[in-house]
Amino acid sequence: MAVRPAQFRRALLQTPSRLRQQNTIQHSHPELQHLLSAASSPARLFSSTVTARALNTPDYAVPNPSRPTHFGFQTVTEAEKIERVATVFTSVAESYDRMNDLMSFGWHRIWKDHFVSSLNPGFSPLASGLDPRAPQHILDIAGGTGDIAFRMLHTAHIVNANPDVRVTISDINPAMLTVGKQRSTLLPASQQAALSFVEANAEDLTRTTPLSSPGTANPPTSAIPSASVDLYTVAFGIRNFSNIPAALREAYRVLKPGGVFACLEFSKADAHPLFNTLYKEWSFRAIPLIGQLVAGDRDSYQYLVESIEKFPSQADFRDMIIDAGFVVGGQGYEDLTGGVAAIHKGMKPRA
Amino acid sequence: MEVVLRRSAGLAGRSVHAPRPSLAVLSLPASSTRQYTPSRPPPNYPGHVPLNRLEKAALAIGSGLMSLRDPRRGDLIAAFAEATATPYFIYRLRDAMLSSPTGRRILRDRPRITSTSLNLPHLRALGPNTVGRTYVDWLDREGVSPDTRAAVRYIDDAECAYVMQRYRECHDFYHALTGLPVVREGEVALKAFEFANTLLPMTGLSVFAAATLKVQERRRFVDTYLPWAVRNGLRAGEVINVYWEEELETDVDELRRRLGVEAPPDLRAIRQAEREERRRKAAEGRV
Repeated sequence: MAVRPAQFRRALLQTPSRLRQQNTIQHSHPELQHLLSAASSPARLFSSTVTARALNTPDYAVPNPSRPTHFGFQTVTEAEKIERVATVFTSVAESYDRMNDLMSFGWHRIWKDHFVSSLNPGFSPLASGLDPRAPQHILDIAGGTGDIAFRMLHTAHIVNANPDVRVTISDINPAMLTVGKQRSTLLPASQQAALSFVEANAEDLTRTTPLSSPGTANPPTSAIPSASVDLYTVAFGIRNFSNIPAALREAYRVLKPGGVFACLEFSKADAHPLFNTLYKEWSFRAIPLIGQLVAGDRDSYQYLVESIEKFPSQADFRDMIIDAGFVVGGQGYEDLTGGVAAIHKGMKPRA
Repeated sequence: MEVVLRRSAGLAGRSVHAPRPSLAVLSLPASSTRQYTPSRPPPNYPGHVPLNRLEKAALAIGSGLMSLRDPRRGDLIAAFAEATATPYFIYRLRDAMLSSPTGRRILRDRPRITSTSLNLPHLRALGPNTVGRTYVDWLDREGVSPDTRAAVRYIDDAECAYVMQRYRECHDFYHALTGLPVVREGEVALKAFEFANTLLPMTGLSVFAAATLKVQERRRFVDTYLPWAVRNGLRAGEVINVYWEEELETDVDELRRRLGVEAPPDLRAIRQAEREERRRKAAEGRV
């Protein structure tokens, strides 16, 4: 697969210089298969001087409960943001799926379908041997109600006929996880068996607890081991995190070398000014109103639209992903619906 | 400067020409791009959300329809009241308060009715026919609390917002004054009374919820409770002007006389009698 010189130059320019010295980005196509296939052929392996991240974690990437961050348009500490986001999502959990449909006119389903199909879980052309259907462990972060995880299971087990794919849904909010667990009872048994639900803070995946029914004893805490995940996804969750760089580094830790980080999130549509104006007016006027009518909670939806506004642009977020140690292909992101949403992908370099 | 460069330069050029933000800033990157905020006027009181006419109309229609479908959504009924109170009606109510000495005192003192401000155990110790005792007996019988009222958010004038809040918090006192229960039938009858008395559009439009009543209930409403509500609502003094905190130890019949409100037939007793009659007939039918 030929690489266009302009894209290669651009890809090279976009990595911070210290990584540039170590990594050589040979491919430009953002799709997973191309990323993985390019990295697998011996001629294109990364330079052997790349080791697993020996860089010290910068201060801003270490969670600090008293560091200021934003909660919508307000400034709060990281600890307070965790609590307030918890309140928001416990309040909206029951009507979450209905609200998503109303806010995006059902278009979030298209985005999620595209996200999952572009990742094509269950099919890894890198697997040793002739069969691309190797076992995979997928970690879906902030995956509460299960939209992404269920699509992953369907694609892996049915479309790719790979039964060795298991999905762990992790969420910090037990109310959202409970909704996901209820919805999962409608899946075929084999898919339910490949699914597990854990409560965890994405900034520290060494402390996860399996979802327990209320009233039962607290289950033991366990860690997600380093280099144990093939695919780490987070859809419409990362903008609610208190410390995004910390979560990106935790993603880096749990992914196997060659593993993929994929994020679907709201982003900036300001490349199309008229559309952007209409979109913003809809966001700030209609969405809190619908939240009041359907969910009885205007403030949570006001927070949600403000948090979309506060989330970094496509390029800034891509730079944060690169800063965490991932390598990206081409631009590093794919705009959906004019930039209303964007898919960012990165790969953990092979040692 | 950095913002302009970011927006005008193409993707390929950006990382070469524009000064890169320090990576440390990337944990709070939104400061580097212009933020959108809708053009709303500043709030007039805590919790105030100034809506434009289109938003108010949408809120009125949406909350009206949805609360008709599910009358248990008290928050939607509250939003419906606020969205339909302007232009004329809430100002008329505020002026009615300003025309009365007690009303003026209420507007000056701005008392709030919550379970803490009212001292419910003290009310329970009052004499049997006092306003306070009737009120707390009614609260206990219906199993409700004075704390479940939503705060007013969509009325722009701060004083009118207080008037709406006062109306909302006094609603339970109107229940105690008239003796009507919390069931749908009782609420519809009380809303009809409130409309005849306060002229708030939400109260009048809530009477259409009578269409959702059972046939027997609707007949009772049309025959007895609607005429009672209209007659008494029009005849009585403005109930919004009653300083309830000062009337807690007044005899409830004396207050009714002073206001010009007659108690309607006891709806709970009628419904209870009907239920027993039905049970008796069913038992007889079986035998």
